[in-house]
Amino acid sequence: MTHALRASTFVADAERTSWHDETLWFVRQKRDKAVYAVPEFQELRELASQIKEHTLSRLDEYLMQFEAKAQRNGVQVHWAANAQEHNDIVLDIIRRHGATRVVKSKSMLTEECHLNPHLTGHGIEVIDTDLGERIIQLREEAPSHLVLPAIHLKKEDVSDTFHLHLGTEKGNHDPQQLTEAARQHLRAKFLAAEVAISGVNFAVAETGGVVICTNEGNADLGVNLARVHIACMGLEKLVPRLTDLGVFTRLLARSATGQPVTTYTSHYTKPAAGKELHLVIVDNGRTQQLGRPDFRASLKCIRCGACMNTCPVYRRSGGHSYDFTVPGPIGAILSPNIDLKKHSSLPFASTLCGSCTDVCPVKIDIHTQLYKWRQVLAEAGEIPAAKKWSLQFMGRLLASPTAFGIGGRVARTGLRLLPYRLTHSKTFNAWAVARELPEPPKQSFREWYRETGKV
Amino acid sequence: MRVALFIPCYVDQFYPQVGIASLQLLQKLGVTAHFPAQQTCCGQPLANSGCERDALPIYRHFVATFQCYDYIVAPSGSCVYHVRKHFDKLEQTPEVQKVRAATYDLIDFITQVLGVTELPGAFPHKVGLHLSCHGQRGLHQANESELTPVRDGQLRRLLSSLDGIELTELDRNDECCGFGGTFCVSEEAISARMGQDRVQDHLRNGTTVLTGGDMSCLMHLQGIVRRRQLPMQVLHAVEILNGEMVK
Repeated sequence: MTHALRASTFVADAERTSWHDETLWFVRQKRDKAVYAVPEFQELRELASQIKEHTLSRLDEYLMQFEAKAQRNGVQVHWAANAQEHNDIVLDIIRRHGATRVVKSKSMLTEECHLNPHLTGHGIEVIDTDLGERIIQLREEAPSHLVLPAIHLKKEDVSDTFHLHLGTEKGNHDPQQLTEAARQHLRAKFLAAEVAISGVNFAVAETGGVVICTNEGNADLGVNLARVHIACMGLEKLVPRLTDLGVFTRLLARSATGQPVTTYTSHYTKPAAGKELHLVIVDNGRTQQLGRPDFRASLKCIRCGACMNTCPVYRRSGGHSYDFTVPGPIGAILSPNIDLKKHSSLPFASTLCGSCTDVCPVKIDIHTQLYKWRQVLAEAGEIPAAKKWSLQFMGRLLASPTAFGIGGRVARTGLRLLPYRLTHSKTFNAWAVARELPEPPKQSFREWYRETGKV
Repeated sequence: MRVALFIPCYVDQFYPQVGIASLQLLQKLGVTAHFPAQQTCCGQPLANSGCERDALPIYRHFVATFQCYDYIVAPSGSCVYHVRKHFDKLEQTPEVQKVRAATYDLIDFITQVLGVTELPGAFPHKVGLHLSCHGQRGLHQANESELTPVRDGQLRRLLSSLDGIELTELDRNDECCGFGGTFCVSEEAISARMGQDRVQDHLRNGTTVLTGGDMSCLMHLQGIVRRRQLPMQVLHAVEILNGEMVK
């Protein structure tokens, strides 16, 4: 199924589409206000971009430095080449502790690896403790946004879900009462958890520590209560020095939600006395992307979600229309690396307006990469055959002035003479579903110029 | 100064009046532009669809057509952006480099090369300016809301110099209209919705004449305006600057 098909289902509910669009536009505006208020914001973006590019250019060295430091701090470091290895490592750690109850804070990596089904399939209870994540976990849905995973849902939807699973009053969609119900429910899970899994926002090579940014404090509560903390990270999360970190924490929350900083920015460097801290460093296609000069910069991403909030397509098609762990413009340049065929329509789910590139806090040239993936897809035969043929026909027409002149005249005459219901058939002409065709003039510009225009 | 006029393929066929206005406005500003008859297209429709390789003969034809001119001027930021940015796929001969550097959007040519910052004439209407993404974000013709709250740009200034004109203050100053080339049919539902939302913003804020620097976006928006029979006329900015009267 293509993005266009899934998107057309979402946009068919006009009212919900308006609400989705306006909600995310509101977040984009909050981001704008926060950005305008920092005079050096563009310099920060440039600095962040350069730090990330430098880090990626010596990723092997920094990863080794990071591992050595972390081990010296008493952290147990694991390497996973792919999702399966990652899931096996995590399950193995849990089993070694004889644990069955796990809490997990927000982590797109574990979503990417489909860790939850793997653990539950082996008899482990895993509870997502981020409110949005918990809501979609109860509904058995995937996140539809990087930082706002349940943004596709209204409070009425949440009310129905909580009524079904947490026994809240039917029809009560007061946000405060719903949140309170989630708090009480999660509190019991926090207290019972034997192992806590978290994501990682940044890993600092020179200290061997990791940094986790949240607003709800759920990551900290989870890992401080449990005996074992497993932090899972993609191998691109590194920054070289602790002094580099400030550049990114200044950019992350402002770009994501318009906050100056996340409520919690927590550093985890060594295990507390009597406890264990594990780090799982995951590749899962990242080194392959690193090996693609045109697309390597996508690994600079710090998962702020700003490109989604600004994307006029995403706001109207919803995160699930991308059918990939990371939706929106950034997902559309990450996904073809994972499965070119399955995600072949995503680089085309864009007008190439460039707004994503302009909000990206680490200056990823997102819309240029979308354009380049399109070339890769067409070369690999992953665009519809009819589209390819008609474009090749068009190419021959446009390379010849004579053919172009004749073709244009035929089209204009056809448009003038053929009946409206044929030219504007919604079956044959997608343009005409919601739009009129331009009124064909008798004369093209070149015909006018030949007859009267020469000056 | 030898100046060639490049008229985008769909403008040539569907909006000859935009080509005529471009020619006439340049004439008023003392520039006689020539229209080389063998011109066709910049190749963007193919390249944006992934068929860059099939577009190479079109690129070569473009360079061969225009290489003997000092400036190539087009009433379309999108085509100009394509020539400047994506003709990097050709071998960078002196001719290719010259053509890429010499290709200008009409508004940029008027303001930057000719140094004209205001124009005579009156246009006593409420005008909504649609900022086309390739001109704005690609060629940096106007400030971007991603970077600054200040709404400014060359075309905005030129239009403001006309007597009696009032520019619409939009809720979303520079959101994409959803045309997007073949996107407008391959993602028809989203494209249409984006266009409807843009038109609604103009309608809500009182636009009676909708304008912009790129006819492709305007063709899409006009399609929606006409389908919904809205009280709004759509004109390319060069038509207004050339003194086109409202019907």
